Amino acid sequence: MSTTEMAPVAPAAPPPAPPVRKARKPRWEIYLPLGLYLLFTLVPFYWMVVFAVRPRGSSSLVPWPISLENFETVWTGMGFGVFFQNSFLVGVASLVATTAIALPGGYALARFRFRGRRVFLVSLLCSQFIPGAMMLIPLFEIFRTLGLVNSLSSLVIAETVFQLPLSLVLISGFIASIPVELEEAAQADGCTRLRAFFAVVLPLLRPGLVAVGSFAFIHSWNNFLFALMFVSDQDKFTVPVGLAFTLGEFSVDFGALAAGGVVAALPVVLVFAVVQRYLVQGLSAGAVKG
Amino acid sequence: MVALGERKRRRRRDSRTPYLLIAPAVLAMLAFLVYPVASVVYYSLQHRQLSKPWLDGFAGLDNFTRMLTADPLFWQSLAFTAKWVFVEVALQFVLGLALALIVNETFVGRAVARALVFSPWAVSGVLTTGIWVLLYNPTTGLSRYLADLGLMDYGAAPLADPGTVFSAAVLAELWRGVPFFAILLLADLQGVPKDLYEAASVDGAGRARRFLHITLPHLRDTIILATLLRAVWEFNNVDLLYTLTGGGPAHQTTTLPLYVAATAAQSHDFGYGSALTMAGFVILTFFSILYLRLGRWGVNR
Repeated sequence: MSTTEMAPVAPAAPPPAPPVRKARKPRWEIYLPLGLYLLFTLVPFYWMVVFAVRPRGSSSLVPWPISLENFETVWTGMGFGVFFQNSFLVGVASLVATTAIALPGGYALARFRFRGRRVFLVSLLCSQFIPGAMMLIPLFEIFRTLGLVNSLSSLVIAETVFQLPLSLVLISGFIASIPVELEEAAQADGCTRLRAFFAVVLPLLRPGLVAVGSFAFIHSWNNFLFALMFVSDQDKFTVPVGLAFTLGEFSVDFGALAAGGVVAALPVVLVFAVVQRYLVQGLSAGAVKG
Repeated sequence: MVALGERKRRRRRDSRTPYLLIAPAVLAMLAFLVYPVASVVYYSLQHRQLSKPWLDGFAGLDNFTRMLTADPLFWQSLAFTAKWVFVEVALQFVLGLALALIVNETFVGRAVARALVFSPWAVSGVLTTGIWVLLYNPTTGLSRYLADLGLMDYGAAPLADPGTVFSAAVLAELWRGVPFFAILLLADLQGVPKDLYEAASVDGAGRARRFLHITLPHLRDTIILATLLRAVWEFNNVDLLYTLTGGGPAHQTTTLPLYVAATAAQSHDFGYGSALTMAGFVILTFFSILYLRLGRWGVNR
């Protein structure tokens, strides 16, 4: 990803009026503040990784030889293997549910003018202003009534509902940016509206779906509050709850904490590295501007 | 005639289609967003303690009277929430805008720089806490190594010291929050027409003037959206503060939502917790109205 984007920098100057001066000069007004900011961004990550992989008792800042004993401790000893599995399940389930509900809804918002559309859009926006913490008590009562307290499905439901508004707005923004003429052409060729959607819109929507899906996954992977409140059995903990548990231990085992942190960070950082390009694209697809 | 009937049928089907398509979303949100909000209103007028079910019953305005007149912790948490939201949003805005402007320029390594600079945004509050607990630790943290180099005094423990715990929490949250602003602003910056800048340069406008007269007005809506969303999210920030400071020392870093969570989780007092929640809703309604006014949302859709 990075190489394909980096390569064109020098030769990509368009033939008319190439901005030679800009590209060649080392631009200190960029590199200096950027470097400082990168330091602020990366030192904390580096700190965690070093603590995670160096042998116990070592205080070297260059972790060599690399030791995986901290990971063994947290993965099997502290149950992070199970937490990881739970988080992954909840993440994938809410990703699927969110996309499945937001895709038709987003299509309706982008392609139809119907009564109540404005009201719906504004209420989507307003729901962004409802904080999760404020919903703890009523949601807890609902899940208690449904018998879902202490189950992973309560997390999937809560995550999905909280992800829906943003996903709907994002997906409808993406669909709106696909020319409607493409669909009409397919329909003129004899496709039904549904077939036109699957044959024409869906393939073009792939980057958008990746962005929305990864949003949903990352959010649910990271969510702490719902997992803390709705689940009490240790074998149903998610990674953030496990991590908070590690933090709360009377004497913190820093190696274990760091290794747990790496386990918590790895999936989101990987997903994020792959999709961050789509993310910026998706946000500029008019979703934010409204 | 046939064609007309066909068209009519089609229009009727079309007019039902959008409702069918949004139905699942509407149902899900009615059941798990709208109904819960309504039930908070109901609970706030009830005595409802999970641990003392014999007290259950209609409370009238008892919960609200208690909150407004007999609970200094409520006012303290409100004051801290305001301070936290203001400091975080102001700093994140300034740094985020600067960062977005930098990574919007063309330079070698831009794609990598973007991915790296934005990465903390993907990270959860609890993980942020974990990382900064490692950094702030007096014996194994960054300060010890800085002290080894003669740059600091030994023994600084930012999280244990009431004088520094606020700044320590602010810094950790900035690490994660600045990229959010930067991403939203960057997305919008990419839509600024390049020829506007060229025309302005031809007319002799310097960097500062181009920024003030082209960039900032173009970013206006995004700045409003990002600031308000961030304000709401910082208002709502529970995971970082819960795990980093636990709301302490002496409730010094307890925000209103943190207080709600504590009321629900520790004292299981759902009635009083719902009254506190209502206070939160009132404040957030103010934010929503502000946004609907300022952002002119939905007008150009």
